[in-house]
Amino acid sequence: MKVVIPKELLATELRVAATPKTTSRLIKQGFEVYLETGAGIKAKYSDEEYQAAGAKIIQTAEELYSIADIVLKVQPLTEQEIALIKKGTLVLSYLWPAQNQALLSKLAEAGINSIAMDAIPRISRAQKMDVLSSMANIAGYRAVIEGANYFGRFLNGQITAAGKVEPAKVLVIGAGVAGLAAIGTAKSLGAIVRAFDTRKEVAEQIQSMGAQFISVDIDEDGSTSTGYSKEMSKAFIEAEMALFKKQASEVDIIITTAQIPGKEAPKLILDDHVKVMKPGSVIVDLAASTGGNCTLTRKNEIYTTENGVTIIGKLDQLPTQASYLYGNNLCNLLDDMGKAENFKIDMNDDVIKRAMVTYNGAINWPPEPLAVSVQKTNDTKKLSPEEEAKKKADKARKIILSNIIWLAIIGGLLFALGKVAPPDFMGHITAFVLAVFVGWNVIWNVTHALHTPLMSVTNAISGVIITGGLLLINDDYTNPITILSFIAILVASINIVGGFVVTYRMLNMFKK
Amino acid sequence: MITTHIQIAAYLFASILFILSLSGLSTQESAKKGVIYGIIGMTIAVLATVLGENIHGYIYIIIAMIIASVIGIAVALRVEMTAMPQLIALLHSFVGLAAVLVGFGSFIDPHTMEMQGAEKSIHLVEIYVGIFIGAITFTGSIIAWGKLTENITSKPFVYKGKDLVNVLLLLASIILGVLFVMQSDSNGMMLLLIMTAIAAFFGVMMVMAIGGADMPVVISMLNSLSGWTASASGFMLGNDLLIVTGALVGSSGAILSIIMCNAMNRSFFSVISGGFGQEIKKGKKIEGTVKSITHEEAAELLNEAQSVMIVPGYGMAVAKAQYPIHDLVEKLRKKGKTVRFGIHPVAGRLPGHMNVLLAEANVPYDIVLEMDEVNPDMPDTDVVLVIGANDTVNPGAQEDPSSPIYGMPVVEVWKAKRVIVMKRSMAVGYAGVENPLFYKENTDMLYGDAKESVDKINAKID
Repeated sequence: MKVVIPKELLATELRVAATPKTTSRLIKQGFEVYLETGAGIKAKYSDEEYQAAGAKIIQTAEELYSIADIVLKVQPLTEQEIALIKKGTLVLSYLWPAQNQALLSKLAEAGINSIAMDAIPRISRAQKMDVLSSMANIAGYRAVIEGANYFGRFLNGQITAAGKVEPAKVLVIGAGVAGLAAIGTAKSLGAIVRAFDTRKEVAEQIQSMGAQFISVDIDEDGSTSTGYSKEMSKAFIEAEMALFKKQASEVDIIITTAQIPGKEAPKLILDDHVKVMKPGSVIVDLAASTGGNCTLTRKNEIYTTENGVTIIGKLDQLPTQASYLYGNNLCNLLDDMGKAENFKIDMNDDVIKRAMVTYNGAINWPPEPLAVSVQKTNDTKKLSPEEEAKKKADKARKIILSNIIWLAIIGGLLFALGKVAPPDFMGHITAFVLAVFVGWNVIWNVTHALHTPLMSVTNAISGVIITGGLLLINDDYTNPITILSFIAILVASINIVGGFVVTYRMLNMFKK
Repeated sequence: MITTHIQIAAYLFASILFILSLSGLSTQESAKKGVIYGIIGMTIAVLATVLGENIHGYIYIIIAMIIASVIGIAVALRVEMTAMPQLIALLHSFVGLAAVLVGFGSFIDPHTMEMQGAEKSIHLVEIYVGIFIGAITFTGSIIAWGKLTENITSKPFVYKGKDLVNVLLLLASIILGVLFVMQSDSNGMMLLLIMTAIAAFFGVMMVMAIGGADMPVVISMLNSLSGWTASASGFMLGNDLLIVTGALVGSSGAILSIIMCNAMNRSFFSVISGGFGQEIKKGKKIEGTVKSITHEEAAELLNEAQSVMIVPGYGMAVAKAQYPIHDLVEKLRKKGKTVRFGIHPVAGRLPGHMNVLLAEANVPYDIVLEMDEVNPDMPDTDVVLVIGANDTVNPGAQEDPSSPIYGMPVVEVWKAKRVIVMKRSMAVGYAGVENPLFYKENTDMLYGDAKESVDKINAKID
């Protein structure tokens, strides 16, 4: 099986689909690797390094594509590339199938089997091939570095001989992979990090990265079964905007990462939010390529507004690092497909059947949905408020009814008892029942840690049965009553003395 | 001599002191005060009784109390904290025994024979019930003591038709009871003796059927029974102090039983009717590999960790590992690490057993927390050290609906970053359930005796 890596045609694309390291991984998997000369130059990998890793260098794209079984690419194929590719070749690349219907039909027409790396379903098993995650991770890291670069102060707080420096405050909006990576990076640089997300389930993840989770007071969860967040209600958005405005006046760096697949990015930071920001603050907009989360973002541009806020709409891709991770994602996918020896396109596989957007001349998009969210969304079985109220009322009525029945039974029994029993006995019963209630309420307050002392002290207290022996004993030792009560007094006293002493001994051990 | 009225007032005062004593135990700070209240209350109760009218045999009373005090103090001062469950079981049996003796004494007391009509009937019922509960408490506690000291196997002993036999015995007791109340005079003693034998057998079989892991429930239940026994004796003697005190103790034990049952997600009846042994439900077969680490590696993990959680179980008590654990905790705390303990309510053989053992080893009680307090912090914990616990940290209780312990609340150790499980071997816990925790990716096993292992780790931590 021949795997080929062509040069990326797009001038702004610095990445390459394989690095020398991933090349040697591919060779270990049993593939033959061919590289177009200079493919890795922009990502700082030379032809020699690839050769050393075992790849063969091919001079022209035509020759390269003519021998290809599998093509590894970063940017979607252009028409001139498609023209060079044989029927039946497998292509692994970014394709953005939702936005590129025309491209899909061309690929299908040419009989190319193409896997859109950006359409790999985001389930646990496929994480190792999830290029969106690996690239988002880089973006999140880079967003903080870039933001810090334009921000004129330290991120961490310091107390130096020259004076005290306050730590910078960073707000991260959207806690996906990029957002979490940004939180981690900003945190490790020493900033105070806050993060916002409409999905409740990520609060824990935000906190685990060391940031403070901020949210609005409206109980609405943005989670969907796809793992992305949905668009929120009007009331929610209004509260959200007010929150952002307040935050904008406080924080130094805002990093926005909110994107909705196949749609323009939601506008979260508006003109008047930018206006209230302190001069010198920085906004890093990771959604710039899909329109930006900030209304003032300019795509592929970094500029400073009139009130001194720097807005960053382009990010360096860290091509060396990104190529390595992307290349590894591809390797992992090929690994999953059986390596060179048992290579097989399995259209029953959950991952392959969704990512394979064209197969055997047909378009296979959009795929059937797959739930990936951790938290189950229970949209379906929600009852209307009236139904719920009715259910509650029914339940309450049932409880009241059963309470009445029970009270009636207990009342009846007591009445019957009162009729036959002597008055003395009723007095005892009263004391008994009240004591049960008192005990019940007192004991629930006992802390778990003291359960053993509780048992030993109740042991001692139940030694009060000694009074039984005391009342019965008499002077005549030949009388069986005396013998019985003597033993009773003896064992009950052991209980009393032993119980109290051992409890006291135990409690002495409990020290703060 | 004091009058009956003053005696009643004294009893009331003693009852109040007992209630204050129990409520004192709600916090560690007030607990000692609670014991003092209890001692004062008991002294008042005994003095008020002894100084009352119609008390004879002072010499015997004094002899009995002196002998008892010597025995009681000697035992209480010497007992090891790991042996607390046994001691408590034994003390329960004493209450049962005393109740049986008082019951028989009261029956042969001439006053009983002089009674007439409904008064006599009620009194006979009281005697009968008092002895019945007392005998069950007595033999049940003796068996529990035997199981805890391992003189009797801790495996549940059940036979076919056990439930039927129990029902028949219960019916027989009721019939005997009716005959006993109806009888004229002479053969009452015989009926009473037969019933006592039945109740004794009942107590034996009840505790025999219960397995080791359910011991906390059994002890709590016997605690409760000993209270009800005292209460029943109170009715028998017309003594309100006994009734009230017994009721306090009875409801205390009942609450403990409920807490223990909830902690195991089992109903009280399923515990009483026999151990896990009969259920054939085995849970899912687990696939995966178990990784083991050396003491050096474990020490290294602890050296690197910022926050450490220790989850002890009965294994810690068996190995007496609480002292080296205390040293380990001190070392780690000196290095500025957060160290806490997470205690499952049924860890050990007695409610609160682990807390007492740790207190004995001078572990400060404010770092010893309950399961519900530590579970939310698990994801932030770097290393969890599981020492001799198994079923109480089994993730199957949450993840595997086919597991027999599914639904039981557990300490969620697997949510921490790393878990080190100290264990003697791969054997299953008391519940007989496989533990998927051992197969988790973030779990490492450290085989060997808990005490030796902790000692070895201690040596490696600087």
